[in-house]
Amino acid sequence: MHELAITQSMFDIVLKQAEQVHAKKVIKINLVIGEMTGVVSDSVQFYLDFMTKDTIAEGTAVSITMVPAKALCHNCKQTFELKEFDWTCPNCKGSRIEIIAGKELFVESIEVD
Amino acid sequence: MEIKVLKNILGANEQIASKNRELLDSKKVFAVNIMASPGAGKTSVVLQTIKALKGKVKIGVIEGDISSSIDAETVAEEGVPVVQINTGGECHLEAIQIQNALNNLPLADIDLLLIENVGNLVCPAEFNLGEHKKVLIASIPEGDDKPFKYPLMFNTVDALVLNKIDLLPYVKFDVNAFTKAVKNINSNVKIFKVSCTTGEGIQAWAKWLNGHPWF
Repeated sequence: MHELAITQSMFDIVLKQAEQVHAKKVIKINLVIGEMTGVVSDSVQFYLDFMTKDTIAEGTAVSITMVPAKALCHNCKQTFELKEFDWTCPNCKGSRIEIIAGKELFVESIEVD
Repeated sequence: MEIKVLKNILGANEQIASKNRELLDSKKVFAVNIMASPGAGKTSVVLQTIKALKGKVKIGVIEGDISSSIDAETVAEEGVPVVQINTGGECHLEAIQIQNALNNLPLADIDLLLIENVGNLVCPAEFNLGEHKKVLIASIPEGDDKPFKYPLMFNTVDALVLNKIDLLPYVKFDVNAFTKAVKNINSNVKIFKVSCTTGEGIQAWAKWLNGHPWF
């Protein structure tokens, strides 16, 4: 649902960066998105197609690296991937956990001409 | 040519959020971002909080909704300054909207600013507004599985108000399982069980808000 705002912010960053290096064209945008952010990659692509019209990024490809949600168990110090409906540590069954990955939301790089 | 960017997509929002925070700090206004799904009782909690803290803390309210000013009108009847933000389709409040709203509130006359976000358990979790505390209102009819479905929201908040506990005899809701799941993903969260209908638990919640050193 919040992809419009997120895509707009992302596109602002991309354009600014492309302008700084006097790029003629943006060919590819590489994003890193954590699973827990709930950002739907198809929606990002959908909004971006609209936003990039008549800009140097028109027709740009988007590559999204999704980061799985990971947690650290405070009991046995193991890290593990969070599964839906099961947040206990698979190693020691501990329940004091801290999320250490899955909230990412950044532009990693852009490819320009 | 590949250019490394490594920039947070929400960086622009974060910058405005820090400016909001500076302004709030300079005016000694303690701001609370209240988030919940639609119908969980955000406005009811705001109204109960105003009543519970009347004469103790000067309250101001920002109402965020996609459209309408029904909530702002209801809150204004309590005699507190209120600004309505209509997001016009966007599913969450952003820092820039709060910046504008702050310009339209008598900050010198406000100790506690309650910001009622748009009803949604997904997007508001991502957007910092410059608030001091984030609060989630969950409610009994929503079911006890919500922490698993919206982990980011449950992980983000400082306090959780579990509303509509007067409905527990009629609805299947395992309070212990719910509390365990919430503490599991957010061990520091304060949990308040309340009913805006009967008033149960409101005093404990109001006391937590009132415990801020600026008051």
